[in-house]
Amino acid sequence: MTTILVGIKRVIDYSVRVRVKPDGSGVVTDGVKMSINPFDEIALEEALRIKERNLASEIIAVSIGPADAQQQLRTALAMGADRAVLVQADGAVPPLSAAKAFLKLVQRHQPLLVILGKQAIDDDNCQTGQMLAALWDRPQATFASKIELEGARARVTREVDAGLETIDMDLPGVITTDLRLNEPRYVKLPDIMKAKKKPLDVVTLAELGVEVPAHGLRTLRFEAPAARSRGVMVHDAAELVAALKQRGVL
Amino acid sequence: MNRILVIAEQLAGKLNVSTAKCVSCASTIPDAEIDVAVLAANAAEAPAQAAALAPVKRVLVVERAENGEALAALLAPQIAALARNGYTHVLGPSTTFGKDLMPRVAALLDVGQVSDLMAVESAHRFRRPVYASNAVVTVEAPADRIVVATVRTASFQPAAGGGAAAIERARLDVPLPGYTRFVGREGGNADRPDLQTAPRVVSGGRALGSADNFQLIHRLAAALGAAVGASRAAVDAGYAPNDLQVGQTGKIIAPELYIALGISGAIQHLTGIKDARTIVAINKDGEAPIFEIADIGLVGDLFQIVPELERLIRAPA
Repeated sequence: MTTILVGIKRVIDYSVRVRVKPDGSGVVTDGVKMSINPFDEIALEEALRIKERNLASEIIAVSIGPADAQQQLRTALAMGADRAVLVQADGAVPPLSAAKAFLKLVQRHQPLLVILGKQAIDDDNCQTGQMLAALWDRPQATFASKIELEGARARVTREVDAGLETIDMDLPGVITTDLRLNEPRYVKLPDIMKAKKKPLDVVTLAELGVEVPAHGLRTLRFEAPAARSRGVMVHDAAELVAALKQRGVL
Repeated sequence: MNRILVIAEQLAGKLNVSTAKCVSCASTIPDAEIDVAVLAANAAEAPAQAAALAPVKRVLVVERAENGEALAALLAPQIAALARNGYTHVLGPSTTFGKDLMPRVAALLDVGQVSDLMAVESAHRFRRPVYASNAVVTVEAPADRIVVATVRTASFQPAAGGGAAAIERARLDVPLPGYTRFVGREGGNADRPDLQTAPRVVSGGRALGSADNFQLIHRLAAALGAAVGASRAAVDAGYAPNDLQVGQTGKIIAPELYIALGISGAIQHLTGIKDARTIVAINKDGEAPIFEIADIGLVGDLFQIVPELERLIRAPA
């Protein structure tokens, strides 16, 4: 059995305009649409394509979060994951604890690959994949835009500031996805029905033997960012050049 | 005293400007003593460039053949070993180099990481953006543990030069894994100004309509001595390569002048430019969200306005 583990985080949908609560305790989530983190959808899509090329036989979708994350796992099963595991945790799970939970599942399932999104669009941390690779002492390829599997090796093209970088990694290992890796498929209605019969196991973070340290990094408060104010309108190129000269930038 | 270790970003023995910005961030931590670590196969000019940054006390150079390319799996154990020499903070830039590397360092040190640090409130209290910069959080790291952070480079000016820090060779007996190998790199264009450091940037969006039309952006940028950027829509449409993408999922920049041409202003794009000093938007749709944050706006047809603008800029004053 060749297994791929894929991370599925439940986040506020990317199209929602996020608002900070007036008391600074967090952001407004009541009645807000929740979805799979977009980078995680790309991770799952890539795993499905690898399986469709017969290079993997089983895809396990893993979410670490609240009981409601079962909704996102059901969507992942409808997309094509074979089974799902919810590592249930109340409250925020910091990336290091998430990485430790993934490591426990890695030890249990011995995957060829763990594919995660490069970051979640809620906390924008961009940490879990790299931390898992460190704890597991295996290679990492972050920001992947192309993955080629060749036996026990992967050749990964990464999107870096200087352009594109290609690395070879021995497997098993961790890959995190960038936007241009693929375009995730849409879920069809019959698949949603089928997904209801696929196995979805629930285990708590504590049962896995992972704890969120009480004395770790703490978030003290949320604030709305400083706003930029609307400027002036000009009517043609000559007025624009004059305005730029007046501001001293030309 | 707070002992800060800044991890230098270098390519072929030249320091990336992100290092000077990290040093600048480090110097806002109270009672800081700042060291810079340069890991390379041949560090060349990088140590001297780091030593010239005024706030730096010491430059540690780790030269070893395996450090020829910045592979996180190889650099992280060396940095963790350096960090254990009594440092209170380890900072790297929030560029793809630092984002790849620093969480691996944090995990080896068994601590969480503060990502995209944008302001220092105290030695253990920091501000950082979340939700694509739609919110800013204040976080506190435990005072009895080492702090690992990536620095949001757009939030800091490069540290001043004129310093003369000591340069020391560090020897580390750390075994390195062989499971990751560098194959190659493509992209980047040495002829044009670097997008992340250029004082002027001209960006094009989907409204350009084709890769050919995108030359309009390159010509205006050349007239201004500016770097070229692109929106995600323009990159996805194939008008510009991925390393030109500006925005939350591309590069976050803070130039003196940012000119957005045919970019409507999706939130993820605005996230990447809101620290620019002056933002100019030219778009045919007067209702485009880009105008809500532009300092100077012009509604009209790009294909008429931009060549005229280029002519006026090139004309002798």
